[in-house]
Amino acid sequence: MYSLAIIPFSSSDAWVMATAVVCAVACAIPGCFLVLRRMSMLGDAISHAVLPGLAMAFLITGTRDLWPMLIGAAAFGLLTAVVSSWLSRHARVPEDASMGVVFSSFFALGVLLITLGARSVDLDPGCVLYGLLEAAALDTTTVLGFVLPRALVALSVVLVLNATLTVVFWKEIKLVCFDPALATAMGISAGLVHYGLMGAVATTTVASFESVGSILVVAMLVAPGATAHLLTDRLARMVPLAAILAAVCAVVGHLLALYFDTNIAGMMSVVAGAQFALAALLAPRYGIIPSAVRRLSLSLKIEREDLLGDLFRASEAARLGSIKARARHVLPPHWRASVARHQLRVRGLIEVGPGGPILTLAGGAEAARIIRSHRLWEAFLCERLKLAMDHVHDPSERMEHHITPEMEHALRKEFARTQQDPQGKPIPQG
Amino acid sequence: MDDLLRLITLQDSNTRTVLFGAAALGLSAGVVGCFAVLRRRALLGDAVAHSALPGVCAAFLVVGDRSMPAFLLGALVFGAIAVVCISAIQSATRVKADAAIAIVLTAFFGLGIVMSQRIMADPGGGNRAGLDSFLFGKAASMVRADAMLIASVGLVVVLIVLAFFKELKLLAFDRTFAAGIGRPVGAMDLALMLLICVVTVIGLPAVGVVLMVALLVIPAAAARFWTESLSVMLIIAGVVGAASGVVGTGVSALAEGVSAGPVIALAAAAMFTLSMLAAPRRGLIASWHRARTLRRRILLENLLRALYELDEAAAMSQSNGREGELALKRSWTASQLSGAIARARRLGLIEPGSGTITLTASGAAAAAGIVRRHRLWELFLIEQAAIAPDHVDRDADAIEHVLPPELLTQLEARLAELGRHPKPVPPSPHAISPFDKAGALG
Repeated sequence: MYSLAIIPFSSSDAWVMATAVVCAVACAIPGCFLVLRRMSMLGDAISHAVLPGLAMAFLITGTRDLWPMLIGAAAFGLLTAVVSSWLSRHARVPEDASMGVVFSSFFALGVLLITLGARSVDLDPGCVLYGLLEAAALDTTTVLGFVLPRALVALSVVLVLNATLTVVFWKEIKLVCFDPALATAMGISAGLVHYGLMGAVATTTVASFESVGSILVVAMLVAPGATAHLLTDRLARMVPLAAILAAVCAVVGHLLALYFDTNIAGMMSVVAGAQFALAALLAPRYGIIPSAVRRLSLSLKIEREDLLGDLFRASEAARLGSIKARARHVLPPHWRASVARHQLRVRGLIEVGPGGPILTLAGGAEAARIIRSHRLWEAFLCERLKLAMDHVHDPSERMEHHITPEMEHALRKEFARTQQDPQGKPIPQG
Repeated sequence: MDDLLRLITLQDSNTRTVLFGAAALGLSAGVVGCFAVLRRRALLGDAVAHSALPGVCAAFLVVGDRSMPAFLLGALVFGAIAVVCISAIQSATRVKADAAIAIVLTAFFGLGIVMSQRIMADPGGGNRAGLDSFLFGKAASMVRADAMLIASVGLVVVLIVLAFFKELKLLAFDRTFAAGIGRPVGAMDLALMLLICVVTVIGLPAVGVVLMVALLVIPAAAARFWTESLSVMLIIAGVVGAASGVVGTGVSALAEGVSAGPVIALAAAAMFTLSMLAAPRRGLIASWHRARTLRRRILLENLLRALYELDEAAAMSQSNGREGELALKRSWTASQLSGAIARARRLGLIEPGSGTITLTASGAAAAAGIVRRHRLWELFLIEQAAIAPDHVDRDADAIEHVLPPELLTQLEARLAELGRHPKPVPPSPHAISPFDKAGALG
């Protein structure tokens, strides 16, 4: 029906995409809390370990009915969490090893059951890993007169459930995520919330199982939440953001999978990873590149101000006739120094004369401000914090670059009558 | 049956080689896995295994044919990239280790699925069976040359571990000290992760991508139960790993359509459960037995002390109400008390007969010993730790059962230094009420 220029897109694909989007968003919501509580691998463990439950339900009932599978999976999901914490607490097995032991054994059991049972039923064990989203549109059920894919219905129910539980228990979940001890002290059972979260993860895993398989459900659980975590500091923004990212991931993944004619769930997982990588690199506050740029910018600012300060002190020493000017540690010329000099020239704060750089008027005022901050801070350290005189220069060297106008104003008020710093050098007024 | 016999007696030379390869793989995975578990890197092995899938696919695309060395090289490259990505994410962003591992694992695995589906859909993909087997492992498709390659790489890894045993041991247990004496811990850590990577990769044809973590973690965790010594742990883990490999591969070779990976994992899990239950010192059965023995001894000693104190208080009252008084002495249940009394009678510490409860001579001596320990400790707490006399009973009550004789001698010496020479059984520094159970300390 609809056909984008390069991508073959049919109406059944629309249903598949809807299923993918609902699946991704349903996973992303509880996934946020897994990421915050550093339990991503527990999510991975549960999604592997529910397999024997599903297999047993499937083999016993002979159908892919949702309820027996849900019960079997929930049972094994909770069993995983309980057994691995029991192993780490009572058998003294390290925590990550106990998770590894439990989920790999359960998963192996599940694969074996499916392999043995697959003789009687047509079920590819590989499907267990990456699902069969492509077939979602074929397996339909009728709801209120509408013919819908069964997976879509199940996932929609789970999505509504997850969203409702999150909204209703928002305060409790938020508290338990960030301060479980306080939550327990306030009477909110952290254990209950914990197992509730595990239950939600297990349920979501089961519902997503047929669509994206057991390994890729972890991508949908963890990646959108982790990406959102890089983009914001507020929980109330993180959860909706993760949902949006998950939806985008599902759409883009699906389109790319159609374009390359390959597995949808796998592509969704790759897109999720790529989304995360983009955020890790470019997120405004926590991204690697912006952080590096900020650091560079700060180091250049410090370099510029140091240079101005040096020039001021040199001219002061020349004016006052004092030979003893504190020499800055002599380092080999750094590229930052050259860039700083260039920046100062461009901003009109220095001029390069025959004998080297000279302060302009504006440069002089700026340099005076820096030196004033430095010496006021020295006075503060000496008088108020009672530091020894030979201990105050180095901290002030660092602090002078970070003194804001408000701080400077406060310091000047404090030392309004002080004309000299502890070492006897005049505090520039102006 | 015929097949089984043939397998067990190793008549088929191809089977022999494949089983040897599986054993060597299990051995090396068990050994390297010990360090992964000790360094809390178990799940990193999972990530490496999953990340190897795109490497295998990429190698296939480059070479155009099924070539084990190429596959393993591709897997190694992608596994190493995954390790680097995980470390980079952890160190450069606010995302923690668990989320980093999960994201890298699933992204790479998804990429692998995408590539493998693409390859398998390709009409020229007559070698698709080769790729499929990497998911769960297929012993049947392992040819002799592959098995030899796997075995030799595995044995080289084991030799490397043995050669650098001292350094790896130091790295595993006291990284800070190692750094302090100048060892290059960063490089060693990286080398260890590469070893894990290599072993994971060579395990892929046999065990498959998904279950390789089982072979890395379970034999090591099982071996931990048997010993406190690292070298013994390595040996046991190697043996368990090799046994799992052999059993799994053998079963997979016999049964139609059963992958080796799940059976290997389940064999290892069975050995883990056995170790967890039956190991002599750290095993659950042994611990439970030790705890039970201790509990019973404590009950017995408490009974003796209670009898002694009752004797001390009342003037040899031998009324039948003894049992009632004993029941009130501390919060023990009726069955615990009667069990202890019966045991004391059996050991000749209480006069036989079901009538009165009187200490025999040996019983009195034993009771005196326990009471002495209790009261010496109380004296110590009062004199040395300046604790109020009505606060020392509970602490002494717990510790009297486990005070070793050497400590007692030191205690007496210390008290003698203070000029205190307590009687053989010192009097109690605080009041002893027959109604202790409902006493002030509650």
